[in-house]
Amino acid sequence: MTRYRLSIHIVPRRGILDPQGKAVTDALHTLAFAAVQDVRVGRFLVVEMQAESEESARSAAKTMCNQLLANPVTEDFEIASVVPA
Amino acid sequence: MKAGIIQFPGSNCDEDAFRAVADVMGQEAVYCWHKDHDLQQVDLVILPGGFSYGDYLRPGAIARFSPIMQEVVAFAKRGGPVLAVCNGFQIACEAGLLPGALLRNAGLRFISAPVNLRVETIATRFTSQYRLGQVISVPIAHGDGRYTADADTLERLEGEGHVAFRYVTASGEASTAANPNGSLRNIAGIVNAGGNVLGMMPHPERAMEAALGSTDGVPLFASLLESLLAGVSA
Repeated sequence: MTRYRLSIHIVPRRGILDPQGKAVTDALHTLAFAAVQDVRVGRFLVVEMQAESEESARSAAKTMCNQLLANPVTEDFEIASVVPA
Repeated sequence: MKAGIIQFPGSNCDEDAFRAVADVMGQEAVYCWHKDHDLQQVDLVILPGGFSYGDYLRPGAIARFSPIMQEVVAFAKRGGPVLAVCNGFQIACEAGLLPGALLRNAGLRFISAPVNLRVETIATRFTSQYRLGQVISVPIAHGDGRYTADADTLERLEGEGHVAFRYVTASGEASTAANPNGSLRNIAGIVNAGGNVLGMMPHPERAMEAALGSTDGVPLFASLLESLLAGVSA
């Protein structure tokens, strides 16, 4: 078993109103970042776990997201990285 | 009628619900601690408002794993009536008892205020004592009340008459201005396909006594009482 550190991004699904993201977009426009077209504000989780392999850690994280960490109705998730901790 | 009010760490409308059932309706009310597995043979389960588990991760996301929720889900699957208010509505959605999700209010602010609701169906055991289209005043107190579901779910809710309450103006118009939180189609409350689970963000248990500003929640509890007395199986 190896200890892995997983980085998980969870963001509001595209097309669902994200008022925080909109407020941040507006603020960036005020700062003259006119090129910003869209911001979505989500969560970033760092999970440390024991696993047989990178693949099994990734697979477990996916199940965690589907069952708890992300709301399947409104959010998308991405396992951004899996590295030995 | 014996109502069981589920207490999670962070519930804060449990006493309001207890008072509504016991003092106003004159019925038996008991508290059910979230770590227990015993629903104490109740006829009605109330998932009260509050901030269970501090709204960690998402409102309701952790509460649904409480031991008592297994019993609540089983009770609902047997057709037992479940009234899920505010945080209770969020928990019921997370637990899969109701479709959709409650997101951060569109205006990003916590809102505590009376709102006008239109009764969209009286063909449920929760709403039979209202008039169809009746406009009632019930308070809201939430920061995450924006009802959201995919287009198919919304069509199904509308088509099958499962939208129970909508946010409206005093004259009964479901306008954007009357929508406090950006809920899709001004939806304030829904029932499940079986008609035995009602989820709503407004607080009927806080609209039970004239001294508190409204008695428009009373017909909801009276409807439940009538349905239970009529022997609708629980």
